Amino acid sequence: MSGPGVAWYIALAGVLFGIGALGVLIRRNPLIVLLSLELMLNSANLALIAFARHWHNGAGQVFALAVMAVAASEVCVGLGLVVALNRRNISLDVDRLSELRG
Amino acid sequence: MNLVLAASAGNVLAWIVWVVAAFSLLGSGVAVISFSNPFYSALALIGNLGSLAVMYLLLTAEFVAAAQVLVYAGAVMVMFLFVIAYVGPRQESPWSGGPPWQTVAAVVAAGALLVEIVVVVGLQASGHLANDGKVGPAFGTPGWIGRVFLTDHLFAFEITSVVLLVAAVGGVILGSHTRRAQVTAEASAQ
Repeated sequence: MSGPGVAWYIALAGVLFGIGALGVLIRRNPLIVLLSLELMLNSANLALIAFARHWHNGAGQVFALAVMAVAASEVCVGLGLVVALNRRNISLDVDRLSELRG
Repeated sequence: MNLVLAASAGNVLAWIVWVVAAFSLLGSGVAVISFSNPFYSALALIGNLGSLAVMYLLLTAEFVAAAQVLVYAGAVMVMFLFVIAYVGPRQESPWSGGPPWQTVAAVVAAGALLVEIVVVVGLQASGHLANDGKVGPAFGTPGWIGRVFLTDHLFAFEITSVVLLVAAVGGVILGSHTRRAQVTAEASAQ
């Protein structure tokens, strides 16, 4: 492989996952929590595709596409929840949304 | 001799592209979690997805890179920006309210995750990650992905479509349910 080896990609994916996990843990706006979740999903995708290239196996790329579809579904439901909360004038703060009650 | 020179030039070029993409990836990732306005966070995530697409191209995953730009940077982020604009500019007060140990614990937990990933991968796989090889020219092209999807991974393909359908139905139900509740509340108020 010309250019950096797979270990570089995996390290980068690990750092990106750490940034996303930090965002999920410290931010309280549900929209930014969703964006940080996207970061984590994308870092997993990067690792999958790096390993697919490394082992010359297409399953990693196929799985990355499946992860993308699941991420799209998650965004759909998550944004639906945010819109529902906004309609009921509930404050958008994940610390105050710790109970599953309207 | 010319071939060796060309190969090393390509190698240097790939490294340069990788380093630039990696810095923009990490910088935009930090920007996503540090902006207080979610609108800017979403814009930073678009930059993040663009640099990820460059990474995928370096890994000869052409179809995934195209799908990344179309599905993520296109559809998903437009939906995000739409909802952020709908919700309106509500500024979050980032550090007030919660106990300070929560922030410290979050940083420690994220650091532990990172160390775990890097150390475990480094220790377990250091010997196996060195070999490099050439892949065929078809690897990662749309035609190849399509063939793999509809032969070896047909079940995953179908399950993915069912997941998307369920999510779409769930989104519609979430929206319509709150609207109905609002209408009944207004009717009872009158």
